[in-house]
Amino acid sequence: MTILNRKVFRELARMRGQVIAITLVMACGIMLYVSSRHTYISLLKSQESYYATYRFADVFAGVKRAPASAAEEIARIPGVSSVRTRIVMDVNLDVPGLDEPATGRLVSMPERRRPVLNDVAIQEGRYPAVGRPEEVIISEAFAKANGLAPDDRIGAVINGRQKALRVVGIGLSPEYVYEVQGTGSIFPDNLRFGVIWMARDALGAAFDMEGGFNDLSVALSSDARELDVIDRMDLVLEPYGSTGAYGRGSQISHRFLMDEIIGLSVSSNFTPAVFLGIAALLLHIVFSRMVRAQRDQIAIMKAFGYNYLTIGWHYLKFAFLAITGGTLLGIVGGFLLGRPLTALYQDYYRFPDLVYELNYEVIALAAVISVSAAFLGTLHALRSAMSLPPAEAMRPDSPAHFRPLAMERLGVHQMLTPVWRMIFRNMERKPVKTLLSAFGIAMAVAILVMGRFTFDSIEYLIDYQFRTVQRDDAAVVFAGPRPARARFELSHLPGVVRSEPYRAVPVRLRAGHIAKQTAINGLDPAGELRQLIDRDGQALTLPPEGVVLTRTLADLLAVREGDLVDVEVLEGSRMQGRLPVSLLVDELIGISAYMDNRALNRFLGEGSTISGAYLSVDPLRADALYRTLKETPAVAGVAVREAVIKGFEDSIAESTSATTFTLTVFACIIACGMVYNGARIALEERNREMASLRVLGFTEREISVVLLGEQAIVTLMAIPIGFLIGWGLCYLAVNATAQELYRMPLVITGKTYAFAFLVVSAAAVVSAYVVHRQLRHLDMIGVLKVQE
Amino acid sequence: MSTVQTEPVFRARSISKVYRMGEVDVSALRGVDLDLYAGELAVFLGASGSGKSTLLNILGGLDVPSGGQVFYREREMTGADESERTGFRRRSVGFVFQFYNLIPSLTALENVELVTEIAEDPMPAEDALSLVGLQPRMHHFPAQMSGGEQQRVAIARAIAKRPEVLLCDEPTGALDYTTGKRVLEVIEKVNSTLGTTTAVITHNAAIADMADRVIRLRSGEIVEEYANKAKKRPDELSW
Ligand SMILES: Nc1ncnc2c1ncn2[C@@H]1O[C@H](COP(=O)(O)OP(=O)(O)O)[C@@H](O)[C@H]1O
Ligand SMILES: [Mg+2]
Repeated sequence: MTILNRKVFRELARMRGQVIAITLVMACGIMLYVSSRHTYISLLKSQESYYATYRFADVFAGVKRAPASAAEEIARIPGVSSVRTRIVMDVNLDVPGLDEPATGRLVSMPERRRPVLNDVAIQEGRYPAVGRPEEVIISEAFAKANGLAPDDRIGAVINGRQKALRVVGIGLSPEYVYEVQGTGSIFPDNLRFGVIWMARDALGAAFDMEGGFNDLSVALSSDARELDVIDRMDLVLEPYGSTGAYGRGSQISHRFLMDEIIGLSVSSNFTPAVFLGIAALLLHIVFSRMVRAQRDQIAIMKAFGYNYLTIGWHYLKFAFLAITGGTLLGIVGGFLLGRPLTALYQDYYRFPDLVYELNYEVIALAAVISVSAAFLGTLHALRSAMSLPPAEAMRPDSPAHFRPLAMERLGVHQMLTPVWRMIFRNMERKPVKTLLSAFGIAMAVAILVMGRFTFDSIEYLIDYQFRTVQRDDAAVVFAGPRPARARFELSHLPGVVRSEPYRAVPVRLRAGHIAKQTAINGLDPAGELRQLIDRDGQALTLPPEGVVLTRTLADLLAVREGDLVDVEVLEGSRMQGRLPVSLLVDELIGISAYMDNRALNRFLGEGSTISGAYLSVDPLRADALYRTLKETPAVAGVAVREAVIKGFEDSIAESTSATTFTLTVFACIIACGMVYNGARIALEERNREMASLRVLGFTEREISVVLLGEQAIVTLMAIPIGFLIGWGLCYLAVNATAQELYRMPLVITGKTYAFAFLVVSAAAVVSAYVVHRQLRHLDMIGVLKVQE
Repeated sequence: MSTVQTEPVFRARSISKVYRMGEVDVSALRGVDLDLYAGELAVFLGASGSGKSTLLNILGGLDVPSGGQVFYREREMTGADESERTGFRRRSVGFVFQFYNLIPSLTALENVELVTEIAEDPMPAEDALSLVGLQPRMHHFPAQMSGGEQQRVAIARAIAKRPEVLLCDEPTGALDYTTGKRVLEVIEKVNSTLGTTTAVITHNAAIADMADRVIRLRSGEIVEEYANKAKKRPDELSW
C-alpha cells in the first residue's frame, strides 16, 4: 500500500463517527432508491405478465341487454381482435358471519374452461364442474376477508330469489387487481364486496339473458385506434342501453393500479434524491473541514512534488471510501426491503404472482448516483485542495477574522453573556455553513412532516367526505328505478330514523370536446343527509334548476357556473339534453354531479322515480335493519358508512404506518448525522477555545454550552424552515396524485408538526450528548502547547 | 519584593511525573521538592524538555503528578478530582501561555469578561485591561491586534479574577525583543502592585534577572535554586 493510501485509511479510521454518519445517510438514500425502484419494476412487470397471461381486455362496455348478433357486429369493427360477452350483475349476498348485506358481482364464465378475455387465475380449488350451476369461484380478497374457503356456502339473492352458492375455487382476475365496486366506493371493502364467477348458463337463466349479454370486453389489435373503436362500438350498442364504451384508461382497477405505479415511479426518484442531496451536503461539510485542517499537509506534499491531480485523487478517495459502505449497505438493504414493501401493495393490488427479482440496471444506477453524490459533495473541498499554492498553504489558515456584525449593529450583544456572544459570532461569521447545516436538519423535519401528513390528509378526507358531505348512516341502492313511494316502505323499516330518496342516473357530460362519464344524483331539496359544501366548508342550498358540479368535474370540463353542459343519459330512454351549471361544490372524492330530484325527474321526462335512499339509522337497531335489507330482493346494495370507513382505515393504516415508520427512522438518521457532524467539526475547529476555557476554570458542562449551543440554535432555526419545506413537499405530493378519483387535502395538523419537532429535537439531543461525552477527552495541555 | 519568604503558597514534595509513551516511559519529573512563597516572582529556567511546563501544569491543577504530594496552602491537591481541580483553577490560578489562546470571536474586553463572569471577586474587566495598558483597544478582536497586545490581553484575562498565583509558560516565547519586554513589564507590574505570586517559565537566562528567586531544572530535577540579590526591572534587561 502506498503511503498516501495508508494515510487515507488511518484518517478514515480516526473520523469514524463522521464516516458512520455519512454511511447511514447514504445507506438510507440508496436503500430507498433501490427498494422503491425494485417495487416499481416489480409491480410493472407483474402487471404486464398478468395482463398478458390472463388476457386483460382493452375496451369495455356495459349494456342493458344485447343479442349475440351485436357482438358479432363489433367483432367486425376494424382493429378489434377478439370479443367476449358476459353477464355481469351486482346482487345482495348473505355471507355467513357477516351482519350487513354484502354485494357480490356475479360474472359469467364459459361452461367449460377455455382461454377468454379477462380470464380467472385460480389460486385455490378448481373450475366449476359442467352442469353444476351452484358452483362458483370467488375473488381472493373477498374470500380472505370473510374467511371463506372452497366448500363453504354463501347465499345470494338472484333476480329476487334466494340461492345457495357453493364455493369451489378462489380466483383473481386482471379486471380486479384493485377490487372495488365502482364509482362512489373507491376504497376496497373486501368484507362487503366480492367478485363471484359462475357458469354462464346458470346466470343467463336467472336474469333472462339466454342468448344475450349485458357486458362486453374487447381486445384490440396492435394497430387499432382505441377512440375510433369506442365510437363504432357506441354506435352498435346504442340501441341496447349502452352506458358507453371505455378504454383501459377508465377501467377503475387499471386506473388505480396505473396511478399507483406512476406515483411510485415519481416518488422512487424524488425521495431518494432528497436523501442523496443530504449525503452530499454532509460530505461537503466534512470534507471542506478536512481540507482546511490539512492545509499544511497539502502544502508539504506539493512542496515534495506531488502534483495537483495526485492530491485531488487522494481526497476523492476519502469520499469514495466513505460512501462505499453506505452504498453497499443501501443496495443490499434496499433489495431486501423492497420485497416486503412490494408485498404491502398486495393488500390492495392482487396479482397471482409478484415478479420480484434483482435488477442490475437499478443497482448500477444506484452506484452511479452515490458516486455522483460523493463527487458533488467533495467538489468544493477538492477544488480548494488542488488550487492551494504550496507557499501560502504553509502558513496557517488565515486567522479567524471577526468584525462587528449584525448582532452589534442591532445592539443585542449587550444582552448576551460572552459565551453566547461567541456562539452567535461564530454562526454569523460562517453564514453559508450555518445555513447548510440548518438546511440539512430542516430536510429531516420536512421528511417527518411528509411522512405523517398522509395520516392527517386521509383522516381529514374521511371526515370531510363521510361525515360532512355524506351524513347518511347507510345508502340503499334499489335493483332499478322505483316509484317514489318505495321510500315510505323503507322509512317504515325498524331502525330507520330518517330516509331521503335520491335518483341517480348514469350520464355522459360534454362541454366542447371534453366528455366525462359520471352520475347525476337527484337529491331531495328538503334533505339533510347529503350536504353541498363549498371550499370554505360552508353549506350551500341545492338550486331548484340546473346541475351542480363538483369543482374538479367543472375544471375537467372547463366550465363555470352559468355555462351549459350537454347531458347524455346512459340508461333507459338514453335521452340527450342540455343543462345549465347552477352551482359548484367542493368534494374530495370522485366527480359527482347533483340536481334537485324533481328537476331531474322533469329532465328525464319521468314521474317521481327514485333509485334508492339515504338512511339515518338508530344504532341500536342497525344490525336488525341490515339483516332485513339483506333479505330484501328489491335492494341491490347497501353501503354502510361506518363499515366503509372502517374497512378503509384498516386497509390504509398498515401501509401508511410502514412508510411513516421508515421515513421516521431515516429522518432521525439525518437529524443525528447533521447535528453530530456539526458538533464534531465545531469541536475540532474550536478545541483550542474549548481548552482555553477549561484552563480558565470553565467546567465541562459550561464549555459544552459553547459547543452545543450553536447546534441547538441551528436545530431550532431549522425546525420552522423544515415545516415550510415539509408543507411544500406535501403540496407537491398532493398535486402529483390523481385528481379525478380523489383529492388528498393539504391538511397538516399541529400533531404532525409537534411530532416532527419532538423527533428531531430528540435526535439532536442524543447526538449532542455523544459529542458532549467526547469533551471529556479534550487534551487541555496538548492543544495549548502548539501554534494555532 | 522582599526576599524574606513567609508562608509558602505551594509546597511540592518529591513529585514525579511519568508519561507512558507506548512501550517506553518518559520521566518528565524525578522527585521535585519546591516551595513557592506568597507574593514572590519566581523564574524557572531550563532547556527544552527539562520538565518546566510539566511542573507548572501540576502546580496549576492542569495535570496530576505520578507520585509525591502537592499542597496549595493547607490543602493537599494530589488527591483532588477533576471537578475540584476545575474549581481551583477557576478561583485561584491565572495561566498565560506562549500562544495567547484568546477566543477569536470575542473582543479583548469580552475575553476578560469571560473570566470575570465566573469569578467570585473579580476586578472590573476594564481595570484589568488598563493594568496591561490596553484599555484603548478593548473593543478590538484578537485578529485586529499584534502578538504582544494579544499576550497582554491574555495576562489581563489571567489576573482579572485576582488569582493568588499567576503561572506564565514562556510568555515571551513567540514575541520579538521589544514586545517581549513590554509583556515582562506587565507581569512585573501585576506581581508588584497586586502582590500576585508569580511563576514565569523561560529558557532565556536573561529574564532571570527580574526574579526574586531562580529555579533551574535539568532532566526533571531541580539542579539549582537561588535568591536573586540584584533584582532588575524588565526595562533594564537585555539579551
Ligand atoms: N503529554 C506528554 N506525553 C509524553 N511526554 C511528554 C508529554 N508532555 C511532556 N512530555 C515529555 O516530558 C518531558 C518534559 O516536558 P516539558 O515539561 O514540556 O518540558 P519543558 O517545558 O521544560 O520544555 C519531555 O521529555 C517531554 O517530551
Ligand atoms: Mg515547555
